[in-house]
Amino acid sequence: MKITTDEVKYVAALARLDLGHEEAEAMTGQLDRILAYIDTLNELDTSQVEPTTHAISVINAFREDELQESLPRELALVNGPDQNGEAFVVPRII
Amino acid sequence: MEFETVIGLEIHAQLKTNTKIFCGCSTEFGKPPNTNTCPVCLGMPGVLPVLNRTVVEYAIRMGLATNCEINRTNQFARKNYFYPDLPKGYQISQFELPICEHGWVEITVDDTIKRIGLTRIHMEEDAGKLIHDDHEPVSYVDLNRTGTPLIEIVSEPDLRSPEEAAAYLRKLHAIVRYLDICDGNMQEGSFRCDANISLRPKGQEAFGTRTELKNMNSFRNVQKALEYEVRRQRDILLDGGKVVQQTLLWDPDTNRTNAMRSKEEAHDYRYFPDPDLVPIVISEEWINEITVSLPELPHQRKSRLIETLGLSEDDAGIITGDRELADYFETALVRYDNGKKLANWIMTELLRELKERDQEISQCQVTPDGLAELLTMVDKGTISGKIAKTVFQEMMVSGKDAGTVVKEKNLVQMSDEGDLLKMIDEIISANPDQVTEYRGGKTKLMGFFVGQLMQKTKGRANPQLANQLLAKALDNK
Repeated sequence: MKITTDEVKYVAALARLDLGHEEAEAMTGQLDRILAYIDTLNELDTSQVEPTTHAISVINAFREDELQESLPRELALVNGPDQNGEAFVVPRII
Repeated sequence: MEFETVIGLEIHAQLKTNTKIFCGCSTEFGKPPNTNTCPVCLGMPGVLPVLNRTVVEYAIRMGLATNCEINRTNQFARKNYFYPDLPKGYQISQFELPICEHGWVEITVDDTIKRIGLTRIHMEEDAGKLIHDDHEPVSYVDLNRTGTPLIEIVSEPDLRSPEEAAAYLRKLHAIVRYLDICDGNMQEGSFRCDANISLRPKGQEAFGTRTELKNMNSFRNVQKALEYEVRRQRDILLDGGKVVQQTLLWDPDTNRTNAMRSKEEAHDYRYFPDPDLVPIVISEEWINEITVSLPELPHQRKSRLIETLGLSEDDAGIITGDRELADYFETALVRYDNGKKLANWIMTELLRELKERDQEISQCQVTPDGLAELLTMVDKGTISGKIAKTVFQEMMVSGKDAGTVVKEKNLVQMSDEGDLLKMIDEIISANPDQVTEYRGGKTKLMGFFVGQLMQKTKGRANPQLANQLLAKALDNK
């Protein structure tokens, strides 16, 4: 096994996903097959290859420090599940 | 048992750019909630962040000014966590490849110079602001600050006392102000600091369990919070207890630290390189360009003032510790070239008056030219040094210039011998007993006579002349 049900539950908790035990078990099997498949990559010898973070060779994609117009507030807030015209409203955490 | 304190600081400095780190929204403070936002900083799906070149330049400036190595290739990473002030579900930061590493600055505490290591400086975006409702169990999310560029400066655990921590913080504050990359406003949160602090028995190599302190938004609070935490941890250890690793918030009202309420789970940020942002590769040319454009730094300015003006180490240190104060000093120096005397006035009168009013030098009613004029009046004998202090206080309150205050309050120094002699005669006739005693050898009474004369002249008598004339009048008869 590449992954345990406990690990799945831990990752789910980090992602704020509420998984039932059966769902977690089903996911464990699926994730295990995905991880096993990705393991195929380990068959390649990469000892001589520099670690890379990007598939393209572009570097230094900069913009100048110039002001651009922001969104009108109504538009900025429009997708919020709850808002009061000024701010997004969320359940209190602390 | 004796303990050694070990402190490391993490400083976040908001960079003084016009726009955010990955989009063109304004970074202006105090705008109505959610008016400085766009799809990029709101974390809408499908948007692409593009790095603000000035942010990289400012980070390099800071790195060069603090003797860091600049990583020629560096990279952004995603720091994943869920919180309502972070719309994307991750903060764009730097992890394995920060822009600067292995730097140092020097601090002076108790006349000893000490080198403090900088582990790293990295670029990242700020989060938004949560405003908690007073009555309902809800919070309001303002994303104006989201995406404001920050540099995080992480020190080595090299600080050995709250005093050293405060000196280090002041030093870095002075550097960002000299470089003009951050406005340094601690109240508004554009320069903030967290501290890791632990105690270990003297001589022990291994670090003790540390706590993390947050919410210290002034130099004073940083030192006070650390001093409190040293006492708290020492008491626990002396009682044979164990310090619990936790995050504590400083409460400036009760002067104590309180545990931050948070879920028990450990943070697991699962950093990984941000695929949206390509690597940053810094050329030698760019570094050279920035190197030559660096302004004079606090320690360089301090040495210059000591060497060229003969200021003391302490005076020069305090004056150059605040860029605005040093600028004030040097502006006044253009019109008044006695640097030592000027420094003296700034160190005593000016700083005391500012402190009493809880003001910054930028809010000072007395301009550098105004101070120069006042001191020139003292040198010319127009007013006495003592009266100058009164005039200065009035200038601090009303903002009027020295000449006007002196005229309005009729404070011009009395240097006319005839006028003074007349009053001296009156004093001598009015105090026959003291005169006899004085002439009988009790010369300490001179102070009494000078006092009388000062009272009569409302402090305006030229002190040297007053002493001279009094001595003559009393000795001669």
